[in-house]
Amino acid sequence: MEKLEHPLVIVNWVNALLGPLVRAIFEPMGFHFTGHYVIPPYMVMVILIVAGLTVLSLLVRSRLSVENPGTLQIVMEDGIGAIVGLLDEWIGHEGRRYLPLLGTLGIFILCGNYMGLVPGLMSPTASINVTLGCAITVWVYYHFQGIKTQGIVNYIKHFWKPAGAPWWIGFVYMPIEVISHSARVMSLSLRLFGNIFAEELVIIILFSIIPFLAPLPMMFLGLVTGGLQAFIFVLLSIIYLQAAVAVEHHDEVDAKGHHHLPGGNHAPASA
Amino acid sequence: MSKRSVLTFALVMGAGMFAPVFAQEAGGGSGSSEIAKWSIITAGFALAFAAGLGALAQGRGVSAAAEAIARNPGAAGDIRGALILGLVLIESLVIYVLLISLILFFLPPFK
Repeated sequence: MEKLEHPLVIVNWVNALLGPLVRAIFEPMGFHFTGHYVIPPYMVMVILIVAGLTVLSLLVRSRLSVENPGTLQIVMEDGIGAIVGLLDEWIGHEGRRYLPLLGTLGIFILCGNYMGLVPGLMSPTASINVTLGCAITVWVYYHFQGIKTQGIVNYIKHFWKPAGAPWWIGFVYMPIEVISHSARVMSLSLRLFGNIFAEELVIIILFSIIPFLAPLPMMFLGLVTGGLQAFIFVLLSIIYLQAAVAVEHHDEVDAKGHHHLPGGNHAPASA
Repeated sequence: MSKRSVLTFALVMGAGMFAPVFAQEAGGGSGSSEIAKWSIITAGFALAFAAGLGALAQGRGVSAAAEAIARNPGAAGDIRGALILGLVLIESLVIYVLLISLILFFLPPFK
């Protein structure tokens, strides 16, 4: 698909600026740079997102105020409140400590999806490298959190059999669980990559038919699917975390003698 | 004729439409461009199947969700959440087929 790559001005600038430096750092380690660019276009976009969001957050942080918040502070508080609401609904009150990773991923993917609609920029999430990186991060993170919460023996026991099943069901259940967990990496990364890359591809093709007019409906659709895909990535990560971290609660008896089972929503057992 | 026999008849006639394909001489092109040609046709058909069946599944999901909200308007938030989750999971299957089609289309095997 070489004929679909188009040189972006920003990518050329960054490569002219930082290219020799990066090459000088990495070539002694044995990396060989193939292709046109030392820093690939998606990497330049990722650097842009990171730099832009850091500057924006520092700016908001320097003007934080309770009585007189500015617009940007209200927007950011709303965004974080939405993710915290999702976490509380699915995992419960201990879910707050997963907020840093999930919030960062959510904002990163949202900005990444919308960057493709701006002329002169491309979506970093339209490259399988970025989406696979996000998916593998989430996968390693939820396994790590599961082991940290439940202990490694208990965690592996949950792979063998679900709670309340006879012990010999593990011979059938464990392969299914292993395959399903491995498929989560592919599904998370391919879903995001497929949506954003296909939308960009259709915009390019429509642009070659009637420039500036034909891509417009697809770009409106891109606004919707960009936000939806970011939300779904975060939601699925929360569901996987909940499945990994949920501790078996036995029937607890209250001080008054009422039985109750703690816990909020529980996830469907697949995908 | 009963409805079922009309349906079978129509299916058999539809399958018979493909008969001229077998009348072609074998080896119409060189081996590898033959595979490239067929892989592009396969890509188109695969995507058509996937989009059709995916749309059917999503339609059932949306109709069930709409009916549930009509019966129980208080639970609309929860139902909407479950609906969105289900729709995206079904749609991701169609996206997988789209990716395979793109691979077949742009990087035909054995070219």
